[in-house]
Amino acid sequence: MGAAGQPVMRGTGRLNTMRAGMEAGTVAAEREESPLTRLRESARDHPARTALAVLGLVVIVLIASKGLHEVAQRALNGLSTGSIYALGAVGLTLVYGILKLTNFAHGDFLAFGAYMAYIVNVSWGGPIVLGILFGMVATAALGVALEKVMWAPMRARGAGILQLILMSIGLALVIRYGIQYFAGTELRNLDVNRTDTIELLGLTVGRTQAIVIVIGFVTLIGTGLMLRYTLLGKQMRALSDNLDLAETTGINTANVIFWTWVLAGGFAGLAGVLYGATTQLQPEMGFELLLPIFAAVVLGGIGDAFGALAGGILLGVVIEWSTMFVDPGWKSAVGFVVLILVLIIRPQGIFGKARTV
Amino acid sequence: MTEALPVAVSFDAFTSIGFWTSVGIIAGTFTIFTLGLQLNVGFTGIFNFGQAGFMAIGAYSMAIFVTDTGLSFWVAMPLAILVTMAFALVVGLPSLRLRADYLAISTIAFSEAVRLTALNARDLTGGAQGIFGFTDAWESVSDTIEGWLVSLGWSDPERLFPLFIVVWVVALLLTFVLSRAQRTPWGRVLRAVREDEDAARALGKNAFSYKIQSLVIAAGLGAIAGFFLALNLSFIVPDEFAPTFTFLGYSMLVLGGLANYWGVAIGALIFEVILEGLRFVELPISDVKIAALRFVILGLALILLMAFRPQGMFGKKEEMVLGE
Repeated sequence: MGAAGQPVMRGTGRLNTMRAGMEAGTVAAEREESPLTRLRESARDHPARTALAVLGLVVIVLIASKGLHEVAQRALNGLSTGSIYALGAVGLTLVYGILKLTNFAHGDFLAFGAYMAYIVNVSWGGPIVLGILFGMVATAALGVALEKVMWAPMRARGAGILQLILMSIGLALVIRYGIQYFAGTELRNLDVNRTDTIELLGLTVGRTQAIVIVIGFVTLIGTGLMLRYTLLGKQMRALSDNLDLAETTGINTANVIFWTWVLAGGFAGLAGVLYGATTQLQPEMGFELLLPIFAAVVLGGIGDAFGALAGGILLGVVIEWSTMFVDPGWKSAVGFVVLILVLIIRPQGIFGKARTV
Repeated sequence: MTEALPVAVSFDAFTSIGFWTSVGIIAGTFTIFTLGLQLNVGFTGIFNFGQAGFMAIGAYSMAIFVTDTGLSFWVAMPLAILVTMAFALVVGLPSLRLRADYLAISTIAFSEAVRLTALNARDLTGGAQGIFGFTDAWESVSDTIEGWLVSLGWSDPERLFPLFIVVWVVALLLTFVLSRAQRTPWGRVLRAVREDEDAARALGKNAFSYKIQSLVIAAGLGAIAGFFLALNLSFIVPDEFAPTFTFLGYSMLVLGGLANYWGVAIGALIFEVILEGLRFVELPISDVKIAALRFVILGLALILLMAFRPQGMFGKKEEMVLGE
């Protein structure tokens, strides 16, 4: 019953319709408005444009104060973590949008993928490409298996939000400490080149980081195109909008849900391996990634896959820029600040229009 | 011959009063901590996942007031509760307007932001080294209670036993007060807000204000739990206040059952006894593996509990917040 696929709290559906009607009334009533209110109105009507304008302004201020080279270099560094956040966020947001499941175990999916890649890449001495593929397949399989044994039965029983949240937290603990049980707490490294760098337009970037950015962007653009143009992508967005309605139009929802988990798991696995390749592996890595990924999801509008892609990249860059002003120890705090600010100012995300938050 | 057995159970510490005193103190601290979650989740229907953050603010404020500002411990505690409640107000005002899952995410983010601040604002919080040296006032109280115990005929009382007594007196007192408050008109409005916010509003109740009150009181309870955690450790470090603490609180909450204050203490006790009791099962594996295994079991228990008995031991199914 929620507009634009956002689930609403019991009984607020009617209120929203009322609210929407009232808003239409106020817009009509405020014909003679001050320039400031008009600016605010137009900012509300064109959120993406406003976000771009704000971003542009920030970039100009940053360049003026820190110089172009510094700003560009940091942005480039941010693109690498940003594409990892985006890959994690797109899966989390799809699962949320389609299944209304806030999966607190999603971060640990990333860790799972990274450790699976480690098995192939380091324990068995295989090439990293094989490790990436194995990590993706294994995590996708994990996602599908959990859907079968946990989430589908719980949905059938009409489980509530709290039940699902706590189950996903339980699952997160099982995965995280399962990893710790087998792999221990020590930091581990994937067998990748960490020293070579690439020079590009006077900017320096690690070879691995550059590969991460390329893989991340290719996958993300591919996902964007898939969601926009393929039948499966359209079906996914339809389910995300309204599952019951999608089902009545004859969409095979079970099939779409299956592919949603394959995508969410596969991308989580990929993101985990990429993160592991640029940093190090440890069992807690999943939880450390979960909150920035949530922030990216919220930034892009929860349930909105395109938004999550943009939100992830943006967040990665913003966090990296923040290190020009604050100690890098505060890095993750910047992610939380962004998250909390977005929730306060614009809980529906930069691109969202729904008012059901 | 024990080496030959793959699984052995050692009861050496099982009879140690010192061990069970520690377990009891942790369970008591968790009871106070989780009473706040019960008020929020069980009775108001708001998903506060930032309770560890409130506990951190309480404990750190108290420690800073005592060690830096030089305030008396007895003044520092109520002040720290007020500081924590003020933070809850600031966190609650924007976030309580949000949907349930957004609230969960933003409160976790808040709690992590607090922990990172504790870790990075070294001048104020001592960073990873933490703060110690705030226990003097408590030590003298503890000595007094120890004196009573001796006069009662316990020749060599356990050092932490006075803390055990005080934490449980406070926990049971708070449980009593809260369950009484639940039977007042105020408590009934809270439940009305949980069941149907719009209906409560339609009856002229300011639902938002009640949610804020609920969160602020829960934060105060978190702060009190923080004092006991600090006294038990006699120092505080950021790691103690990780979100896992909140998750543990939730496990005890749902084990005891939602919408039942007395269930909290029972849930906390059973949970802690099982969790710590697992230490006595000696497996032929390393300590890291055993530590990991305990949390795997905890996670599985949480999943199974939510799947098959979401109302816990003493909760009522019709009082479960099911959300949509």
